[in-house]
Amino acid sequence: MELKEQTAVQSDLLKSFEEKIGRDDAIEPKDKMPDAYRKHLIRQISQHAHSEVIGMQPEGNWITRAPSLRAKQILLAKIQDEGGHGLYLYSAAETLGISRSEMIEQLHSGKAKYSNIFNYPALNWADIGAIGWLVDGAAIVNQVSLQRTSYGPYSRAMVRICKEESFHQRQGYEIMAKMMAGTADQREMAQDAMNRWWWPALMMFGPHDSESPRSGDAFKWKIKRQSNDELRAKFIDKTVQQAEVIGLTIPDKDLKWNEARGHYDHGPIDWNEFYNVINGNGPCNKQRMDHHKRVHAEGAWVREAAEAYRAKKEKQLFQSKN
Amino acid sequence: MNQQEAMFKYCLRLGDNALIRSYRLSEWCSNAPILEEDLALTNFALDMIGRAQALLGYAGQIEGKGRTDDDLAYRRGERSFYNVLLTELPNQDFAYTMARELYLSAFEYFYYSGLAGSKDATLAAIAAKTLKEIKYHLSHATDWVLRLGDGTAESHAKMQTAVDDLWPYASELFESDAVDAAMISAIGAPDPAALKDSWMKHVSAILKEATLDVPTTMYTHTGGRNGIHSENLGHILAEMQFLPHAYPDAKW
Repeated sequence: MELKEQTAVQSDLLKSFEEKIGRDDAIEPKDKMPDAYRKHLIRQISQHAHSEVIGMQPEGNWITRAPSLRAKQILLAKIQDEGGHGLYLYSAAETLGISRSEMIEQLHSGKAKYSNIFNYPALNWADIGAIGWLVDGAAIVNQVSLQRTSYGPYSRAMVRICKEESFHQRQGYEIMAKMMAGTADQREMAQDAMNRWWWPALMMFGPHDSESPRSGDAFKWKIKRQSNDELRAKFIDKTVQQAEVIGLTIPDKDLKWNEARGHYDHGPIDWNEFYNVINGNGPCNKQRMDHHKRVHAEGAWVREAAEAYRAKKEKQLFQSKN
Repeated sequence: MNQQEAMFKYCLRLGDNALIRSYRLSEWCSNAPILEEDLALTNFALDMIGRAQALLGYAGQIEGKGRTDDDLAYRRGERSFYNVLLTELPNQDFAYTMARELYLSAFEYFYYSGLAGSKDATLAAIAAKTLKEIKYHLSHATDWVLRLGDGTAESHAKMQTAVDDLWPYASELFESDAVDAAMISAIGAPDPAALKDSWMKHVSAILKEATLDVPTTMYTHTGGRNGIHSENLGHILAEMQFLPHAYPDAKW
């Protein structure tokens, strides 16, 4: 095919892709899509999958110390859900032509990122409450919006994930509520966790709309449908009331209801801290990545054995048939 | 020891096996060789907690002093735990964990099959529910012992080491004492000693299929069922019971 014809075909494909986006039709794995759309999704979905998996570490830190059998059961079930989310997000990304092992390599090389929030430590039992309530609470706001994202497999994964995340948020809130209704020590732990997780949770929505460089394409292709600041406002509005109900103080002296905007105004977010953590200098960046790399390396012999066994059995089956 | 005391200790033994094993299984969270195994082992840990809740809750009822499953899990000292030593040994590596799961699940398959027919309705119901889970645990462990035993030279060596090192701990499962005798006669509980041949036959067949040698050592480690543990249990309890000990008045 001549170069001119190729260009014409490409432009037809792009046109049909854009028409689909315009009609709000889902883009499916076998549909033609611009390379930049594919790359954007691989980056976003793999980052999301890695976040689920790395997020198992701070919560995993408290499994053996969960203070009751019920608490342990709920925490284990929750972490198991996160691992499950990781699995189906990896699968969704695989439909775009990248393998799970490639994604893990990219995580280890630093090319792929995970949510910054998991670079903070889980220090007391109330942190498990705060992670469920605030971190999963922030994630849900984002994920509810992503249920309508334009890529079919990602959108369907989000529908499933949202159902489980709302259970996670409730369990986190229940831990906080119980501790706030408990002893002075427990109330102190709960407020301490609130103070440490509030600002990082607000940072989960990313930079202000005026600063976010990628919002252009993501909006055009309907991968993203609401801006960082819109989503952050939704989160703050619902969370402030929940905090008040159980007697927790939001650690922001500038927080106040703005009647005209119909939202809370909040104090300035420390973006220096945000970029510092993104650039690898958070309290747990190295710990989280070292852990993932170590476990992956230590498990290599098991994966190799499973593969060798499978190949052996396939060969035996082939020989018995012939 | 009257029958109530025997029954109490009997339920604690079964419950503690589940509780301590759940602790070890849960340590695999974020530490498994692949994400699928992370989920599987966490799931088994959850099964074990459910079983521990049922059995410790029942033990509390039998004791009749108002202690709950949490009281028994979180406020008992090391000498009053009656799990077998095998459940408390460190995970070491994936091969050790799979060898332990095979030994325990194979035993439990025979044991809980018998207990499901017990005259005690509560234990029979717990056993019937548990048996469904055990079948899955056993098939999972069997699959991995086969894969690792008959996989690569490295995995074969690691699996053989695990099978050999844990073998002396398996015999404790088949010990039968006055508590067992009381339960055999009172509620028709299975006699652990009577299950050894079936277990040996079942496990040996799997090891052979996995191209592994069946250990021949006669040496045995024992004590857990009577509260004499390895050094590992103290560390498990120190960690597991930390919050209720540090904040005795707090409710979680």
